[in-house]
Amino acid sequence: MNKKQKKLLCRILITFALTVLLLFLPISGIYRFVCYFGVYLVIGFDILRKAGKGILNGRVFDENFLMSAATLGAFALAIYTKSGDYLEAVAVMLFYCTGELFQSLAVGKSRKSIAALMDIRPDRATLKTENGAVTVSPQEVRVGDIILIDPGEKIPLDGVVLKGASSVNTSALTGESLPRDVGEGDEVISGCVNMTGALEVRVTKPYEESTVCKILELVSSASSKKSRFEAFISRFARIYTPIVCGCAAALAVIPPAVNMLAGGEAGFDIWLYRALTFLVVSCPCALVISVPLSFFAGLGCASKNGILIKGSNYLEALSKTEYMVFDKTGTLTKGEFSVVSAVPLGVSEDELLRFAACAECASSHPIAVSLKKAYGKNINRDAVCNIRELAGRGVTARVDGVNVSVGNSKLMAESGAEIPLDIREGNAVHVALDGSYAGYLLVSDTVKENSSKAMGLLKKAGIKKTVMLTGDNYNEAQRVSQAVGTDEFQSGLLPHQKVEAVEKYLLQKSKRSVLAFVGDGINDAPVLSRADVGVAMGAIGSDAAIEAADVVLMDDDPIQLVSAVKISGKCVGIVHGNIIFSLAVKFTCLALTAFGLSNMWFAIFADVGVMILAVLNALRAFRIKK
Amino acid sequence: MKKTYNIEVDCANCANLMEKAAANTEGVLSANVNFMLLKMEIEFAPGADEKKVMKSVLKACRRIEPDCEIDF
Repeated sequence: MNKKQKKLLCRILITFALTVLLLFLPISGIYRFVCYFGVYLVIGFDILRKAGKGILNGRVFDENFLMSAATLGAFALAIYTKSGDYLEAVAVMLFYCTGELFQSLAVGKSRKSIAALMDIRPDRATLKTENGAVTVSPQEVRVGDIILIDPGEKIPLDGVVLKGASSVNTSALTGESLPRDVGEGDEVISGCVNMTGALEVRVTKPYEESTVCKILELVSSASSKKSRFEAFISRFARIYTPIVCGCAAALAVIPPAVNMLAGGEAGFDIWLYRALTFLVVSCPCALVISVPLSFFAGLGCASKNGILIKGSNYLEALSKTEYMVFDKTGTLTKGEFSVVSAVPLGVSEDELLRFAACAECASSHPIAVSLKKAYGKNINRDAVCNIRELAGRGVTARVDGVNVSVGNSKLMAESGAEIPLDIREGNAVHVALDGSYAGYLLVSDTVKENSSKAMGLLKKAGIKKTVMLTGDNYNEAQRVSQAVGTDEFQSGLLPHQKVEAVEKYLLQKSKRSVLAFVGDGINDAPVLSRADVGVAMGAIGSDAAIEAADVVLMDDDPIQLVSAVKISGKCVGIVHGNIIFSLAVKFTCLALTAFGLSNMWFAIFADVGVMILAVLNALRAFRIKK
Repeated sequence: MKKTYNIEVDCANCANLMEKAAANTEGVLSANVNFMLLKMEIEFAPGADEKKVMKSVLKACRRIEPDCEIDF
């Protein structure tokens, strides 16, 4: 609680105590009025003051004015009718202020939880210099400097590990609780926490460009892009209050006038009372606070899970996603090749792998790397000689006295090996030993573990169609698409053709729905910006992706997409619920008042009650489960 | 030129109205108030004097909410 809130709480408590006291004191006449009005001033002077200032500034329709008018009117009416019922006016002011206090506390609390979320900013770095270690602020460290990070410390800047091995906790950035192991030569990212071992890191980026800085910038500028709901509410608030005030004025004047014309009793006091009750309900606060609060909480919940959304408008859009288009490499697949199957002919599988791996031992081509990885054992380089890399065909070498050819069908033809007719695999790596065919290895991009699970969950979360786009050939695209379970795929696309493909789907989808494109942010920036919502995945450290995308998933696990869609759906659901609920209560209350079925007590309970419920509901968005 | 300022305001509706008031101030191209983050982003017209413009922005906002603050 800050000072302002404490003051208000004190005033509320004092007013409450005094009011209860007054209820039991048998005072009447003018003293009664003076006592109640005194108590009223304790709670209401602030609002009266603001209302007065508002009038001086030519602003009539603010809530301070409305509350002042309603309560002062109630006092006047109580004097006029000699009922001595001043309690109502005091109570209205009291409840109104209680509502304000509650709202202020709730907003303060959610601001604080977001601030805690942003507590990833490193405050110091330990610089290694000739004179030993020096503690400096991260801003002072330059690219190329060497910093020391002890276990338990936050990694202050992005860099490459020179010495040491450790596991780092990335959960503050990615929401992923499993620590990541790093060793010499690995990159480490600022904002993570070094857990087990001391590290010596060469800084690769200045502080301003470091991951932690980029993320903080993104999080703190999020929610300045407003959603349709927020725009609607601020427009609505602008017209709602004047209209209700107009209705109140009409209610105070027209029915009594009609009564008088009809020759009956005017009933001024009854209608004036109803008009004043109208004013109590005219404050749009519940709506105005609950919508941005829900989105704020939703964005906060998303960032806690490693999903950075650049504005409430994108959170809203994500909830309406109908088509989800994926890039293949790096998004659905790992972007690393691996041997998926080995089909030996006349040799053992192990032999086949060994010959292939030995022949490729000197190459750093991704396929060669995958062969060596599949073989898994140390390669005795002495046994290999005469290595020749043949561009576009493969490799030949002499391994243990055997002439080995590893490559495509062209190479097989050259080395005189005949590929059996029933083998038609497009991207097979064939192996020939001494000129005779020995089988093939299927090398392919590995599908991420969670890709297929994510597709199923996305469908459940309401995505109608999933599409995969890739530059790879048809066979490979089909294999991945089937393994992952996307509804459609398009293969052989050049980057600009991906934009065209997305444009085609944009025309296909229904008008009010949204197309989201998910990529890894490498070479697909144009597509990311062309789609309604661009999602960049595994974007830690990739500045281009953070620039171009609307939603950034810090981790490269496709399951995070499901979380993002679910959070957006729930958050928008909460917003819908709040808008409908608040409006329904307000209009019901207005209608009941107009027909004389409610009183000021009821009105203030409705007004403050709705606000409190709406705020509590909005805060639920913080705790959406993944 | 765009600049972001910390603001202090208690009610969400006032924040919306402050945004409108700021946007209508001379020398301001556009204004965006974020109630949850208590931030006001102002895009200045070319050649506008920041201090001067912000003074009139604060004045315009005070007319709406006498208690509001803008750090500039």
